[in-house]
Amino acid sequence: MLTRRVIPCLDVADGRVVKGTNFVDLTDEGDPPELAERYAREGADEIVFLDISAAPEGRGTLLDIVERTARRAFVPLTVGGGVRSVEDMRDVLRAGADKVSLNTRAVADPDLVTRCAARFGSQAVVVAIDARRIAAPDPAIPSGFEVVVQGGRVPVGLDAISWGIRCVELGAGELLVTSIDRDGTRSGFDTDLLRAITSRVHVPVIASGGAAGPDDFVTAIRDGGVDAVLAASIFHRSEYSIAQVKAVMAAAGLPVRQVDQEAGR
Amino acid sequence: MTAAGPRVAVVDYGAGNLVSIEQALTAAGAVVHRAVTADEIGEPDLVVVPGVGAAAPAMDRLREGGFVEPLREWIAADRPFLGICLGLQLLFEGSDEDGAVTLGILPGRTVRLTGAPTLPHIGWNQVVRRRAHRAFDGIAPAADFYFVHSYVGAPARPGADDVILAETEHGSTFVSAVARGRLLGVQFHPERSGANGLRFVANVVAGAAGGAS
Repeated sequence: MLTRRVIPCLDVADGRVVKGTNFVDLTDEGDPPELAERYAREGADEIVFLDISAAPEGRGTLLDIVERTARRAFVPLTVGGGVRSVEDMRDVLRAGADKVSLNTRAVADPDLVTRCAARFGSQAVVVAIDARRIAAPDPAIPSGFEVVVQGGRVPVGLDAISWGIRCVELGAGELLVTSIDRDGTRSGFDTDLLRAITSRVHVPVIASGGAAGPDDFVTAIRDGGVDAVLAASIFHRSEYSIAQVKAVMAAAGLPVRQVDQEAGR
Repeated sequence: MTAAGPRVAVVDYGAGNLVSIEQALTAAGAVVHRAVTADEIGEPDLVVVPGVGAAAPAMDRLREGGFVEPLREWIAADRPFLGICLGLQLLFEGSDEDGAVTLGILPGRTVRLTGAPTLPHIGWNQVVRRRAHRAFDGIAPAADFYFVHSYVGAPARPGADDVILAETEHGSTFVSAVARGRLLGVQFHPERSGANGLRFVANVVAGAAGGAS
């Protein structure tokens, strides 16, 4: 049976792992390759590497740091930030990424999702959707969740659930869904948002935004219906280890990969 | 014989990430080189065909590099070979994904996973061996390996039981590893499967260097 994934996220700005609340007030959390290696050793099922300074500053992904990270972590690596073309995606994959995550650029150029999937396969194309609840009802946003881009700063008038369904039709093989309302707030995942998407798409969905502890991972999977759960600060600050999170998930009856069964341990 | 490790040629046909497999092979003590054309394969101890993506563009690139006949001859001579993911699927006769005619080294076709609760099948799943093979030496039965795919190679019946090495379940049971002589093909990504995966790669490298298994 397919296990549920626990994914530490490295938000990288200017070559360092950073973390802030709602994508602002960033603090330095360490070196990307070093953190990736530590997490892989501790049982991370995948690493997500988001170059959060790439899109706002209009430059390409930091390929050398991607490669150094890929060489030190023998678990899958998903890289997002600054991918604007099929050629950009090729370069990121050749630097050692297994999947590429498209966000702002997919909204501006939806056909990019299709072009990337045609070249590298849907399984390598993740679309990241940053969503927030709207303050007042809006007929253009029937689900009540709106897509925001550029690191959660700019609303684009798209319904997040409809956009998720469209991304899958365009060729996305996985969706990474972040609640901007919850991101960095440690108030738990927005399971309404997650359920609204997982009930409508067949591809795996990764939950992001709001993890405070292991119980939130269980809730995101059980109530949100997601395949995988992503978190950053609770791991960077060693508040919880990946093993602790997985132990709570296993006790709740969820299938997880246990690292201590592995060869040489 | 020098102190250098076994020589491994990794076929580079533009199908994504080669860094991970090179790193895993190097960690296993191999001396790795990329072959962009068939001439660059040289005389290695092991040929690896990695790759993800669709079959038709992959076959186009294999043809452009002149790889098709040399790979068929290499495997026909029962020399050590490892195909990973798309590198396994291409060994069959054709793919339902885009109708491509593939290498035809193994009887059977590449078909879409049926009954899957989610597709693509992305994540860690149990690889259940149907027989012993040295590639899995020291690895727990039904250990988890990393998968990322929507299609699988389906060996033709009768005869399938002679090539099936391991199976995995995701909605239905599919073939996750095949072996025939010194040919080995895996649907999972050992280069991304943590300590189990590194052990697997090391076993394959050691087997290739050690002569007939």
